[in-house]
Amino acid sequence: MPQKTLGGVTVDVDDEGYMTTRAQWNRAVATALAAEEGITLTDAHWKVLEFIDKDFREKGVVPGMRRMNKVGNIPTKDLYALFPDGPIKKAAKISGYPKPASCV
Amino acid sequence: MTDSSDKIKKVSIIISKGSLDGIYPGLIMANGARMEGIEASIFFTFFGLYAILSKYMGHIGIATVGNPAMRVPHAKGFPLPTILGVLPGMSAFATAMMKKEMEKLDIPPIPEFIEMIHDAGGKIYGCKATVDMFHLKAADFCPQVDKVLTVGEFYALSAGGQIIFT
Repeated sequence: MPQKTLGGVTVDVDDEGYMTTRAQWNRAVATALAAEEGITLTDAHWKVLEFIDKDFREKGVVPGMRRMNKVGNIPTKDLYALFPDGPIKKAAKISGYPKPASCV
Repeated sequence: MTDSSDKIKKVSIIISKGSLDGIYPGLIMANGARMEGIEASIFFTFFGLYAILSKYMGHIGIATVGNPAMRVPHAKGFPLPTILGVLPGMSAFATAMMKKEMEKLDIPPIPEFIEMIHDAGGKIYGCKATVDMFHLKAADFCPQVDKVLTVGEFYALSAGGQIIFT
């Protein structure tokens, strides 16, 4: 399994760079993952990441766009502005969770 | 993250049918494109135009006649003969069943889906020929419609991308 060093931590990742051992995740790792995507994390980003974390613990999957809207109260427009060109995928990756497997 | 030239960068999806199963595939593909960072636009033509008419977009149904793959009460149930498909309430029943399954998967109803795609930066276009033929006005459309286009304008806007007809 590939590994890489992010934010001073060695983490396990899959071929596409998604973390495979969530226990290795911390805020410094997230900041480094975000930097790889060209994103500087702000409070608004953290609100999204925290919702994904909370929802994943509850449901076992990364929430889709509609769940982000309805349950997380995060509008579609905001998600695309915060994580351009692939909001759910990028947010999931930075959260240390797997690549979303849903079509919607 | 690869940025090779063989990656699709832009899609223009044409939705030409006005049934639930005629409209959703195009919406899912357009939304899915935006989720992958692919530029997306949808061109609604003929009966597909009903998906962006404020008054009708929330009442799109499944045709239970003339669909040999149609099974009841679920996807692996019994084939629905055409003679039964015409019974009153059959389309409403099939539509309700499918909507329930879609709700479970968090696939939004059509009006909400159009709004989601629009908010995601997807463009929503109507077909000029159909608008003229059906005698439609700007007020008939949902607010997410960006423009009514001629075929020529549609091709111009689709330049450099993939065109998908559904």
